[in-house]
Amino acid sequence: MQREFLDFEADIQAIVQRIEALTGYPDSHRAEIAGLERELLRRRERIYAGLTPWQRVRVARHPERPYSLDYVNRIFTGFTEIHGDRRYADDPAVIGGPAWLAGAPVMVIGQQKGRDTAERIHRNYGMPRPEGYRKALRLMKMAEKFGRPVIALVDTPGAFPGIEAEERGQAEAIARNLREMARLDVPVVVAIIGEGGSGGALGIAVGDRILMMENAIYSVISPEGCAAILWKDPERAHAATEEAAARMRVTAPEHLRNGLIDEIVPEPPGGAHTDHDGAAELLGERLRFALRDVAAGSPADRREARYRKFRDMGNFGLEEAPSRTARDSSAPVDKGAAGGGTAGYRPANTG
Amino acid sequence: MSTSEGRGNPGASGDSRPGPQVPQGLFVRCEGCSEIIYGRALRENLEVCPRCDFHLRLGARERIEMLVDEGVYREISADIRSNDPLRFRDRVEYRDRLSKGAEKTGLDDAVIVVRAEIERTPVVLAVMEYAFIGGSMGVVVGEQITRAVETACEARVPLIVVSCSGGARMQEGALSLMQMAKISSALAVLDDAGLPYISVLTHPTTGGVTASYAMLGDMNLAEPGALIGFAGPRVIRQTIRGELPPGFQRSEFLLRHGMLDRVVHRRDLRGALGSFLRFMYEPAEAAASVEKDAAATVHTAPEPALVRTAR
Repeated sequence: MQREFLDFEADIQAIVQRIEALTGYPDSHRAEIAGLERELLRRRERIYAGLTPWQRVRVARHPERPYSLDYVNRIFTGFTEIHGDRRYADDPAVIGGPAWLAGAPVMVIGQQKGRDTAERIHRNYGMPRPEGYRKALRLMKMAEKFGRPVIALVDTPGAFPGIEAEERGQAEAIARNLREMARLDVPVVVAIIGEGGSGGALGIAVGDRILMMENAIYSVISPEGCAAILWKDPERAHAATEEAAARMRVTAPEHLRNGLIDEIVPEPPGGAHTDHDGAAELLGERLRFALRDVAAGSPADRREARYRKFRDMGNFGLEEAPSRTARDSSAPVDKGAAGGGTAGYRPANTG
Repeated sequence: MSTSEGRGNPGASGDSRPGPQVPQGLFVRCEGCSEIIYGRALRENLEVCPRCDFHLRLGARERIEMLVDEGVYREISADIRSNDPLRFRDRVEYRDRLSKGAEKTGLDDAVIVVRAEIERTPVVLAVMEYAFIGGSMGVVVGEQITRAVETACEARVPLIVVSCSGGARMQEGALSLMQMAKISSALAVLDDAGLPYISVLTHPTTGGVTASYAMLGDMNLAEPGALIGFAGPRVIRQTIRGELPPGFQRSEFLLRHGMLDRVVHRRDLRGALGSFLRFMYEPAEAAASVEKDAAATVHTAPEPALVRTAR
């Protein structure tokens, strides 16, 4: 049963508590409990159908939301965690290892948050250090060597902003992952399961299919960070944060509309945190389907499709600018010969 | 020099520099030593403080003219601009920020892409303009730099990107974030093609720009004293609830931690690029002959249409 309730879940909390009070006497109250459970489902469906972007952010960060290992243990069989980046350390904010999805071997990688205080600190609140990205890449290259697909589960507030993370090249670690994931020879299926926090999320999120859980978020900066930088108004920081969450379009439906993700994975009514098994079943089915789909093509075709997919992201945000003439150092020349066009362009690595 | 872009007013925050129309300040206060410097002396010293060697920010066009042979280049930036895809506003409309940036810089967004030669090696050169919304990377910068990479691939010439940016552009949300993946994917193609990419990091280069193309050079060079990092110092200070060590996230710090190939003084940058390019690259026969043709026609960079090789 759900233990922690968000402010907009007050109605749900009342019913859950009523049900719990009655479960001590199941025989005499069976009918009442059944009625309350129907009512609970109705309320959850109604509340969750109308979540604001900021409420979605709250759900994505819900302390009872399933984390990577909750999904891995339910969706995959035979998962055995392996450790270390072979350069400096093992980062507990990233987990990974061989596992079997519907009987087929895959490399599963995930960003991992902690459930209780001790584990949260151990997992660094799901904020990877450079070692985490380097471990992820090591595992991906291993998967590539043995021809196994990669499944990446994204759930991080962001890459860790700390002194030692900068010293060891946080930026370089993420950058390298972006470039190397773009050219992996094996299928890569990504699922944003909770928080997709900026470059720290993207660092394991370049793939052939990008799935996103219904109540997950994906954002270039946290709404709090955006509000602090752009609104600069500590007096109404909370209102600005809510507004930033809405303005930056952080929710799954917005990303689907904008072509940044391929599909939304539905969650159980009331959110994934109310039913880990149900959420895992829904995600597992979509992962299997996505993997079957992308594994069908040749490696070269897949890489080219992956390239095109990211190559075109955000292009609907471009418009033609009035030509500015005489920008060259010498006399104006025909810009048509400049070779900047992309029509018919083929990446050299897939020819 | 075709522009009088950007000097002076160093006391204010980064993007408050005067536009091309504003007359040069006769005197400028150095951000490094706070001394008042004669503007002309500063310009003649490539905007490096003659007293303390502080590297002041350079406008994109000045940077290009400083780097390329005889100051000769051919702009190949696409005629594109942002259509404000998220219809974003905070306390200010994003559209207003865009027009203000355009007014201030004479550019459509925060980057200029050119073809030119550096010490006789033909290159595609992309230079970021900090005065345009803090050099932030949105869909336009993403597309311009991706096209720069693709042009380098098609023409089989080296790529140089000079970064100067606060990171991804919040006003375009996750579309900006994805430009990191987009450009990095293109760089994978360039890398597979065996073509050189030199990244030059200047003050400041942070956030999503550092965590993508700025750190992916075959060589990563930086100007002295440049702030370079993933997270900004303010965020890190908040996270650790303490002070940052002196010199943290400056070029020399990154060099010490193995993240840069070299820290290069501005006056030596062109020479360093030329030398590294000669090490990394020999023009293909076709390109070489075009280069000779180009050299014959004064003040024109090689024609990319002719350089393009069949693959």
